[in-house]
Amino acid sequence: MTSARTSRMPRPAARPNRQTAHRLALLESMLRVRRFEERCVELYSAARIRGFMHLYIGEEAVAVGVNEALTDDDAVVSTYREHGHALARGVPAEAIMAEMFGKVTGCSRGRGGSMHLFDAGRRFYGGNAIVGGGLPLAAGLALADRMTGLARVTCCFFGDGAFAEGEFHETANLAALWGLPLLLVCENNLYAMGTALARHQAQTDLALRAAGYGMVSWPVDGMDVLAVEDAARRAAEAVRAGAGPHFLEMRTYRFRAHSMYDPDRYRDRAEIEHWKERDPVEGLARRMRDAKELSDKARTALEDRLAAEVDRAVAAADQAPEEPVEDLLTYVTSPVEAIRP
Amino acid sequence: MTATHTRAAGPTASSGRTTTYREAMREALREALRTDQRVFLMGEDVGRYGGCFGVSLGLLEEFGPERVRDAPLSESAFVGAGIGAALAGMRPIVEIMTVNFSLLALDQILNNAATLLHMSGGQLPVPIVIRMTTGAGRQLAAQHSHSLEGWYAHIPGLRVLAPATLTDARHMLAPALADPDPVLIFEHGSLYNVSGVLPADAGPVDIGHAAVRRTGTDVSLITYGGCLPKALAAADDLASGGISAEVVDLRSLRPLDDATIGDSVARTHRAVVVDEGWRTGSLAAEISARLTEQHFYDLDAPVERVCSAEVPVPYARRLEQAALPQPDGIVAAARRSVGDLVAAGADAVERRPITGGPG
Repeated sequence: MTSARTSRMPRPAARPNRQTAHRLALLESMLRVRRFEERCVELYSAARIRGFMHLYIGEEAVAVGVNEALTDDDAVVSTYREHGHALARGVPAEAIMAEMFGKVTGCSRGRGGSMHLFDAGRRFYGGNAIVGGGLPLAAGLALADRMTGLARVTCCFFGDGAFAEGEFHETANLAALWGLPLLLVCENNLYAMGTALARHQAQTDLALRAAGYGMVSWPVDGMDVLAVEDAARRAAEAVRAGAGPHFLEMRTYRFRAHSMYDPDRYRDRAEIEHWKERDPVEGLARRMRDAKELSDKARTALEDRLAAEVDRAVAAADQAPEEPVEDLLTYVTSPVEAIRP
Repeated sequence: MTATHTRAAGPTASSGRTTTYREAMREALREALRTDQRVFLMGEDVGRYGGCFGVSLGLLEEFGPERVRDAPLSESAFVGAGIGAALAGMRPIVEIMTVNFSLLALDQILNNAATLLHMSGGQLPVPIVIRMTTGAGRQLAAQHSHSLEGWYAHIPGLRVLAPATLTDARHMLAPALADPDPVLIFEHGSLYNVSGVLPADAGPVDIGHAAVRRTGTDVSLITYGGCLPKALAAADDLASGGISAEVVDLRSLRPLDDATIGDSVARTHRAVVVDEGWRTGSLAAEISARLTEQHFYDLDAPVERVCSAEVPVPYARRLEQAALPQPDGIVAAARRSVGDLVAAGADAVERRPITGGPG
């Protein structure tokens, strides 16, 4: 089965840029996610951010690598663990932080919070907190492109937990049946909330199962941003060229609990420490340092720049006005003038 | 009250042509597909089969399989795909066979279609139209016969319509497609074969307002969809007994047109709400509550409700018919309302205690 999948993998038509500047950009993008979320933890503890908050720490390579393979015209559908997807897509840190503060300048005007980030201009369709719920939506975005002849890719992120939902299987069937330009990116972090993969999936080789729908599917080391980018580029190019839906199983790990409420009693510390040795951010930084592509001084300068960026986002969110209560009922339906031109 | 509200249901226009509800619906679909390239029809059996109720017969041949798109039996996926396509600028019309099956897509309808505009702070309107059949009367038993449109009417962010007449079947779709937000259209299965004269001058339906289908002075019969013909029949019966009933067709279940309902009750001072949904937590309950809130001092009698019996709809014809609102039950309720207690009978169906409900 593995060889069958391998033989169907598209050729690496455009290998990712291996230049130092490109690696540096990937490192910066991953570090931005990491530092942003570390600040979120502090703000959550200080009760400045409320509600459910799901951190992406440990999985940064997936969002950053995949987004490198997408263009501004492509669409991204995401989950409730989407800070990293949003930042990698280019949604400003300020708009995300303001959203989590429930401010009017937030990317969803304070209606969504951490789990529901949206940016229509960047074709970032959020922010879905129903496990698997974004998958049919993504198929529809891809269907529209297919019907209108636009060579665009719709990329849908979802977790291994979604594999147990009917919405994954219905969507996989529909997308493969209709040959939709859909890139399915499964972030297999080995846990569906607190339940280990082997406890929630009858067959834990997810790429194998996706291949059963007739989709090109393969597993990827989700802790290596260059491997992620390489696989995503190949898949996205094939999807864009009309080869139908592609499935990538990103084998990754979240270093933190499922959510801020989760005491994380279901995982061994040793397991977490083992995966932390494969930290995607420090892994790339180490490789670059060893290759003399990143000096200690340059690293410090990068960290300072990102810290200042996060500081600015927090300050701006802090000072932004609250959404007025008089506007409570806005955006439930479109304005009347939109209905009766 | 505008002229639109009082447009007559029957063939009052001097010119028109005889057609059926099914054909009127098909003509509306054909017009939508012809006039807007963004429109496409998607659902189970809508293409080759011609629609499980024959509504889309012939449209595949006319518009091709891309725009009249047969979907797998995957309500969640194809409704969700309609929502995604709407987000990307298309104008999908998604057909679900029955409201019972729509529950398989409820996540997509409620958590995405109804919610995305608000959750995105106004960035993501979802211009989708979802059509489905509802209602009982054809001996299809419990899993094909329920009237759950009241559940959908509960949900902010949706517009919920129930065309009950040929004119509405023909002319509701265009304004529904023009609405930038999700619109659900509930077609009662027993209406498809209804035939009549479609007035030649019938134009786009005002989907924001109820319609007074028959004027009267003694009692308002407030209903929608498949119960409209039953309410009109009851009004005929009441008229022969000297009671003048006004019949209000809600037409829009969400938003409810409080003004038209209220104006009618302010004139007649009595209200009977006829709803094929179960009484407990029903649309009829909502209308009754609103009348109590807004028109307490206009009312000369308690608001009456004629709803389905609190039972999964049974197969056997005698039982099925007993479970559903019927003209005689509506007549009895109206007579109770106007104080004709003897005529209404002490053991009238609608006074039966609820079984299996909260109380």
